[in-house]
Amino acid sequence: MTRLRSFVLITAASAVVASLAVAQGGPDPIAGAIKARQAHMQLYQHNIAVLGGMAQGNTEYNADAAVAAAGNLVALSSLNQMTYWPAGSEAGVAEGTRALPALWTSMDDVIAKAMAFNAAALAMQAAAGTDLAALQGAMGALGGACGSCHESYRQPN
Amino acid sequence: MRAVIRGLTRFVIVLGLIGAAVAWFLSAPERLPAAALAGLTGDATRGATVFAAAGCASCHTAPESAATEAPVLSGGKRFVSEFGTFIAPNITNDQSQGVGGWTDAQIVEAVMRGVSPRGAHYYPALPYDAYAKAEPQDMLDMVVYLRSLPTSDIASQPHEVGFPFSIRRAVGLWKLLFNSDDWVVAGDLTPEQTRGRYLVEALGHCGECHTPRNALGGLVRANWLGGAPSPSGEGRIPNITPGGLTWSEAEIAQYLFSGLTPDFDSAGGVMAAVVRNTAQLPETDRAAIAAYLKVVPTRE
Repeated sequence: MTRLRSFVLITAASAVVASLAVAQGGPDPIAGAIKARQAHMQLYQHNIAVLGGMAQGNTEYNADAAVAAAGNLVALSSLNQMTYWPAGSEAGVAEGTRALPALWTSMDDVIAKAMAFNAAALAMQAAAGTDLAALQGAMGALGGACGSCHESYRQPN
Repeated sequence: MRAVIRGLTRFVIVLGLIGAAVAWFLSAPERLPAAALAGLTGDATRGATVFAAAGCASCHTAPESAATEAPVLSGGKRFVSEFGTFIAPNITNDQSQGVGGWTDAQIVEAVMRGVSPRGAHYYPALPYDAYAKAEPQDMLDMVVYLRSLPTSDIASQPHEVGFPFSIRRAVGLWKLLFNSDDWVVAGDLTPEQTRGRYLVEALGHCGECHTPRNALGGLVRANWLGGAPSPSGEGRIPNITPGGLTWSEAEIAQYLFSGLTPDFDSAGGVMAAVVRNTAQLPETDRAAIAAYLKVVPTRE
């Protein structure tokens, strides 16, 4: 079993445990989890922006900067998200989140999509240092991986 | 007095019969002439591109099925509207439940004219008003590709449409009122803009969602791509004329490839499925769509 898959499975199992643990009191754990996962998404956006800027010709292609940004995406998508998704933090129950309840009931699919994003980030890391054309080509799978999860599990605007 | 009433009654009955005959005549299905496909052979490789641009998989794939390389077009997806709920049929090459027993010409006629092999009208949930403007060669290519996809023997479900919308013949009158063979954006276009117009107005049928409709469900062409209420009831489908969409052509083309917006959020909701289609087109086609969107009349 790959490292990635094992930690993701632990996340799924731990989501229940974590929600029990944090239910004890102190700072609002639900709001904290929502803030953390949204910050995580913003880090994705910040690093994708570096790559996208080069892809569209708004900034000069720089192989080192591109590889670094892609490396960040790989690292971010490998983080343990165990405490990001406590029960009770879904849209309709908690404030300020667009995470749909389906996310909690379709864990297999969520995990598959998270792994696809990690794979796209790895592919981008390989392509980003090659040349601009390779970077541009790898944008498709990256954006597509974002979209495929949002399509099912994020509340539309 | 009784004679007058009898005379009047006869007059009204005759008028009614004449009216019904006229309505019957006007609502007759417009068939595709045999000459349209004469001498043409379909090509599956070209057909795959047409299939992606026309978005068949987005409506005809079974709901909740994973996005795969070779979609199974077994139908079942529900489209709720104020006229009832339309359920996408099985369009696989299955002999008994799909189009396996149809000729190529019958399939092309179905999508370009909205007419079934038995001469019945299809509801305009199928965007045949757009496909009518496509090249018959493209449609034939698409058919050949369609027949190469996996088959399914899941039966098509009937639409859930109540009276009077259940009278299929009446769709013929609707078509007369609202369908048009003319391009929406007319005038002098560059070759790139012309290709973009073809992709948007004939194949991509973007107007079906992005253009507002009148009370009878016909598209308000004066407001082409100006945005509309979402059919699901919540939210709004955006205005993608230059009055509503201020992205650059490069940003539009990037979005149609990766689903990433200029600030690197990503397309969610229904557009994610559209982007999966446009991502399969050649880069020049995405650029053409972007070029066309810049010359659509501005609406606020």
